[in-house]
Amino acid sequence: MSQGSSDVISSTGIAPADEPASTAELSRGGVPLLSVQDLSIGVRLPGGRTVSIVEGVSFDVDPGQRMGIVGESGSGKSLTLRAVAGLLPKPVEVLSGRVEYGGTDLLTMPAKRRRALMGPEIAMIFQEPMSALNPVMRVGDQIAEGPRRHLGLSAKEAGELAVSMMARTGIPDPVRRARAYPHELSGGLRQRIMIAMAVSCGPRLLLCDEPTTALDVTVQLQVLRLLERLCADTGTSLVFVTHDLAVVNQTCSELAVMYAGNIVESGRVKEVFRQPRHPYTRGLLESAPDFDRPDRELVPIPGFPPNVADRPSGCPFAPRCGYVRDHCRQSMPPLAEVAPGRQAACFESSRLTEVLA
Amino acid sequence: MTTAVATAARAMRRPARSRSLRPWYRNGTLVAGLVIVGLLLLAAVLAPLLTPFDPIEQDLQNALQSPSGSHWLGTDKYGRDVLTRLLYGARVDLRIGFLAVLIPFVVGSVLGALAGYFGGWFDVVVMRIVDVFFAFPFYVLVIVLVFVLGAGESSIYLAIAAVSWVSYAKIMRGELLVAKKQDYVVAARLGGMSHGRVLIRHITPNVLSQALIYAMSDIVMDIMAIVTLGYLGLGIAPPTAEWGSMILDGQEFITTQFLQATIPGLAVVVTSLGLSLLGDGLSDLLSPERRK
Repeated sequence: MSQGSSDVISSTGIAPADEPASTAELSRGGVPLLSVQDLSIGVRLPGGRTVSIVEGVSFDVDPGQRMGIVGESGSGKSLTLRAVAGLLPKPVEVLSGRVEYGGTDLLTMPAKRRRALMGPEIAMIFQEPMSALNPVMRVGDQIAEGPRRHLGLSAKEAGELAVSMMARTGIPDPVRRARAYPHELSGGLRQRIMIAMAVSCGPRLLLCDEPTTALDVTVQLQVLRLLERLCADTGTSLVFVTHDLAVVNQTCSELAVMYAGNIVESGRVKEVFRQPRHPYTRGLLESAPDFDRPDRELVPIPGFPPNVADRPSGCPFAPRCGYVRDHCRQSMPPLAEVAPGRQAACFESSRLTEVLA
Repeated sequence: MTTAVATAARAMRRPARSRSLRPWYRNGTLVAGLVIVGLLLLAAVLAPLLTPFDPIEQDLQNALQSPSGSHWLGTDKYGRDVLTRLLYGARVDLRIGFLAVLIPFVVGSVLGALAGYFGGWFDVVVMRIVDVFFAFPFYVLVIVLVFVLGAGESSIYLAIAAVSWVSYAKIMRGELLVAKKQDYVVAARLGGMSHGRVLIRHITPNVLSQALIYAMSDIVMDIMAIVTLGYLGLGIAPPTAEWGSMILDGQEFITTQFLQATIPGLAVVVTSLGLSLLGDGLSDLLSPERRK
């Protein structure tokens, strides 16, 4: 699919960045583009007690990598992403840890410097394209606003860039549509506008918070392919938060599975899907329908995720786990390498060797 | 079957369509308000052309006449044509009413918007001041202020501005509290836009309509206040034609020449009605539901 559309891209006049020089510069010495280290997010209660919702999450995103973060509601996946974007809702805050972008910590950076990064370096796509677009501003102007400010373009140049961005995101008749207001466009087009807005300044890191959840399934697939293509063409890294495993499979190269505020498994998407090494990942895969194997029986995961304020000691998944042993309830299994490039936080990981078709 | 479904679908869509796709001139309330207010403004502006009489010059020989061919609404106790004074009075009352809204509209909206957007100590200080002003009834405060400042047009502007900015501050603060949490505002901030730019370019066009709609009813309040002040002898000094003082002058003849006091009263009612209709129509036209 990426080959088929490459001619569209070159015809818009924006060169696909085959060798993003600055990205290479940033990743010099093997420094990942984004490095989240031991990040804990939670609420400080009066009296000094803290309740953590995300506990010591670490992951790296290399230039060009597309990382999917999957988990059910309340697993902390969205909070992790929002901490990276600096958008934690009060009173939730980062309790400890680092969020390094190109080697500098975003969390301790002065707000002004951080804002200068937002747009040209880091951009975000929201879940609801309707509410994330200003209802009384023409969509072309909304796309052009970022480039005008960050790339120093004139109004005319930015307007032209907006139109070419719209063409690049597959919006038909972009010149006319640039003058439309958000309510005049369909959900799929609006999400494309959002994407055009996000990539208009050529960011190196794109944060996506369930960008396709509000779209119907056929449009969803188009938008996912568009995102994947844009990132592949420009070498943009992607962090993609979703509860939908199929979406990760279509879009991402790497996968981190979160459960109750911890990453329980990570690795390359294909490998994790083929052979999950954590019982929770396995449970997720077995509970999701697979169109290739419609006869397969769906197996739900029994029970509920734990309350963050009242976490069980030991592995948080232990009460729901089919592989549980006594030691799982005593101590928390660390996220450890179980195979080259594969990590799982499970004592019994070696027992999960079955290959799912 | 298909037609039944289609009909049902059309029926479901109709309310939304009629509301959002109806052009402004099909909005009866708005048009009625525009016509009334437009005619009043026209009459005020064209007053010297519409009447051959002078609103101030006395003609004591023709005092207290009943309506006739030359004096359509009769004359007052000084022999001045009532219709003429009514038209010239519209100039004063409408001008002060419209102008008096401007300062509180701007000051109140800006303070309320900043308080709602930034919150913190500024919000606390502004809203406590608003509470203090809100604790007094509007007219009482205006009358007291004009009394202290002395009768006259500039006192009226000052008094109304001092009292009515609080409503705009309250409205805009509420709007901003909601607006600043909207995704499009978060997205603009996340796109590296400054607070000032987000406030002016992104939020203001979305929320200003509420303050604007309120301003329409506020003009009514202000005109009522001016007329009330005139009636109490605290407003525009005689002999300038003004509806409030016309009512005051006319009330002593209410049993013999009831038109003297009734006509300016009716003028206030019609003006209020027109502005209220205009405000209602504008609220239909500008309300956010229309944009969805």
